Amino acid sequence: MSSDAFKFRSSLRTATDGLVTVLAILATLVVIAPLVAIFVYLLYMGASSLNLAFFTQIPKPVGETGGGMANAILGSGLLLAVASVIGVPIGIGAGIFLSEFGRGSTLANAIRFTADVLNGVPSIVMGLAAYALIVVPKIPFLPFTGHFSAFAGGVALGFMMIPTVCRTTEEMLLMVPNAVREAALGLGVPNWRSVLSITVKTASPGIITGCMLAFARVAGETAPLIFTALGNQFWSANLDKPIAALPLQIYVYALSPYDDWHRLAWAGSLVLIILIVLAVSLVRYVTSRGVLKGAS
Amino acid sequence: MLLCALSIFVIVLLIAFELVQRSQLTWHKFGLGFFYKVFSDSYSNTPVYWDPVNELFSARPFVYGTLVSSFLALLMAIPLAVGLAIFLTEMCPGFLRSPLAFLTELLAAIPSVIYGLWAVFVLVPLLREHVNPLLIKTLGWTGLFDDSNPTGLGYFSAGVILAVMILPIISSLTREVMIAVPHSQREAVLALGATRWEMIRMGVLRNARIGIVGAIILGLGRALGETMAVAMVIGATPEIHHSLLANGSSMATVIANEYAEAVSEMHLSALTEIGLALFLVTIVVNGFAQVLIWAVTRGTPAQAR
Amino acid sequence: MGVGIEVINLNAWYGTNHTLQDINLNIPANHATALIGPSGCGKSTFVRCINRMHETNPIARATGTVRIGDLDIYNDAKPVQIRRRVGMVFQRPNPFPTMSIYDNVAAGLKLNGYSNRRALDETVERSLKNSALWDEVKDDLKKKSGASLSGGQQQRLCIARALAVDPEVLLMDEPASALDPVSTSKIEDLIFQLKSQYTIVIVTHNMQQAARVAEKTGFFLNGRMVEFDSTHKIFTNPSDKRTEDYITGRFG
Repeated sequence: MSSDAFKFRSSLRTATDGLVTVLAILATLVVIAPLVAIFVYLLYMGASSLNLAFFTQIPKPVGETGGGMANAILGSGLLLAVASVIGVPIGIGAGIFLSEFGRGSTLANAIRFTADVLNGVPSIVMGLAAYALIVVPKIPFLPFTGHFSAFAGGVALGFMMIPTVCRTTEEMLLMVPNAVREAALGLGVPNWRSVLSITVKTASPGIITGCMLAFARVAGETAPLIFTALGNQFWSANLDKPIAALPLQIYVYALSPYDDWHRLAWAGSLVLIILIVLAVSLVRYVTSRGVLKGAS
Repeated sequence: MLLCALSIFVIVLLIAFELVQRSQLTWHKFGLGFFYKVFSDSYSNTPVYWDPVNELFSARPFVYGTLVSSFLALLMAIPLAVGLAIFLTEMCPGFLRSPLAFLTELLAAIPSVIYGLWAVFVLVPLLREHVNPLLIKTLGWTGLFDDSNPTGLGYFSAGVILAVMILPIISSLTREVMIAVPHSQREAVLALGATRWEMIRMGVLRNARIGIVGAIILGLGRALGETMAVAMVIGATPEIHHSLLANGSSMATVIANEYAEAVSEMHLSALTEIGLALFLVTIVVNGFAQVLIWAVTRGTPAQAR
Repeated sequence: MGVGIEVINLNAWYGTNHTLQDINLNIPANHATALIGPSGCGKSTFVRCINRMHETNPIARATGTVRIGDLDIYNDAKPVQIRRRVGMVFQRPNPFPTMSIYDNVAAGLKLNGYSNRRALDETVERSLKNSALWDEVKDDLKKKSGASLSGGQQQRLCIARALAVDPEVLLMDEPASALDPVSTSKIEDLIFQLKSQYTIVIVTHNMQQAARVAEKTGFFLNGRMVEFDSTHKIFTNPSDKRTEDYITGRFG
């Protein structure tokens, strides 16, 4: 092979290498740009509208300036509470089962797969299901059924929390070293008790983190609420009635023709994103610091 | 505990059951043709797809819109996501890695409705003023870009915002499978006298390609079901147009927009059938993606990033 | 044909760890040179300095001069160029699992732009014959993947892959330590045959292996090269007491 050919080939390869490096850096910048843009816009457009009124007042009728999204914040909180009652126990329970009792079995794999299926269900379809299961049927002895309600919205969100909570619970429990379990068994404690009191407690920071992650995810969901919780212009803490929610309100206001409502949408988005960023940062901080301080 | 685990089965089955049950009306009336039929307006001979008043329902424009916007999103997201993953895994200086990975995680955590808000007020005007005219001028000859829609909404805008949304998923999964490639493979390629890109291409990407395909398919799964941001920028018009700049609709969009106000049983059934289709498609797509990713990372314990 | 390697005042660091200190030696062409010493003495680091592979670690640094033939590899050439002329075989076999046996051997050639079908076929066959693997795989060249072979076969495949680009130097970092005795002896026979064509540097913790295959041996201890002489002398009459202690098994 002549040295000229080698030199040509060599400079072509070096040039390609350089080009790819530049492209990769460009790709990184293009990806980070929308993120920065969104945050900057939210701060710029939303910060000015964030005043005390925002957090304490309900929306004013069209045409009047001012007002806030206090009812939506309350509503979101309530919906999250209902969702947690459903999502957290089932998720943690399933996670404990997958890690401690069924590890490696076909049943466990089937459950894990089903949880992934549940995770991938589009949020709008989840809303459809909740609508069909709760809003539609008029069963006299079952409360909350037969009409739009906060309960229905909470159920939809709760279903969506389950896979996240389940997966993180299982992962956290798997990280507890077997030595801990063996120590408990060596003390003569029957299996299920040792599992609950010791293993879960060891992994509890991580499990709580998983729940926070699930919160952050469903706090911003709009689609499941469109025809379950429906939204509400007034104060309401009634589980049996339609209720306002932050993302839902943002959606409605964003598509409206009123500048005033656009302002509120930006402010609401800012509040929502701050909460989510806090949750995600906290999760990252806890997991990077080593979750199982009690284990070693 | 077992009860909790089994209740997941029950929930999924309930969802499937309800979806099937409530779409029976249109299923019996239209059969499989629901998804591709074209009706004709008797007066003007133009195609009519979605006419709740006359109870004519064809999901064709929504299937079209979902596919077009998702495909556009993948086209734009894949090179960027893989580029980002390559940068973070093989080229990034150590101190930047963690912050950049964190930023990518944040991108994934932003709710759909906030993406939609930003898209409506910032992205769409940007595209409308600066990008779309450029596209029409340079690529108009393909027939894919015409100027019949001055609003800036449409398939293309939906594709762009979808791309931004699925990027983090594809990127972080690609990173995971790239990290799972053993270091010895990289060294083997370098020892033969390869440049860094050749090492990445032959030693890492090649070994991880199945997982990368899985990551892409997972991104597709997310794009197919994405509702809020798409509903806000696609134009919500139940028609089919060749131009990517035209208004359209998607499966998730029509459900979100029309369900609360739908009155007739047939209308509700049609919307539910679309929901059922979305449900089944996302199960298949996501399941396939999980299998691919599992095949690549199986046996590798979770590694530090 | 192989070339000699001249090392002058080579120092290497991993971060603040001074892994190699003032190494000076001349490795003769067309011979096999063994490097022995206890774990952590720096012999692997030394070998990786010869094809600049230590630079893949971001905290690694080296000073000094290394000449391969008449080329000063640190000042007059880029790593990519060096590694084409210096082949390396690693401790654990690392064939490319997604490629066939043929593609594994041809990988280095394709990187350098060889595309002529016949030339590739000939080179692959010759390399596999040189690494004593041809007879075992000649029917499955394109059908079997590189990872489907046994451990010993995989290592010979890696040797074939390294030889295919026609290097002048072959570096082997404990090439048989992960293999069974039968494969090990096959590899040792190979080295015996190859050393007339290439300059071979083999790192080994197995002293009998060094005695079997190498003409010259260097003893490393704590980052320094204690003694470098003919293998016969090192093992029968070492000049340095530390060498003698190591040979007789007093430590390491």
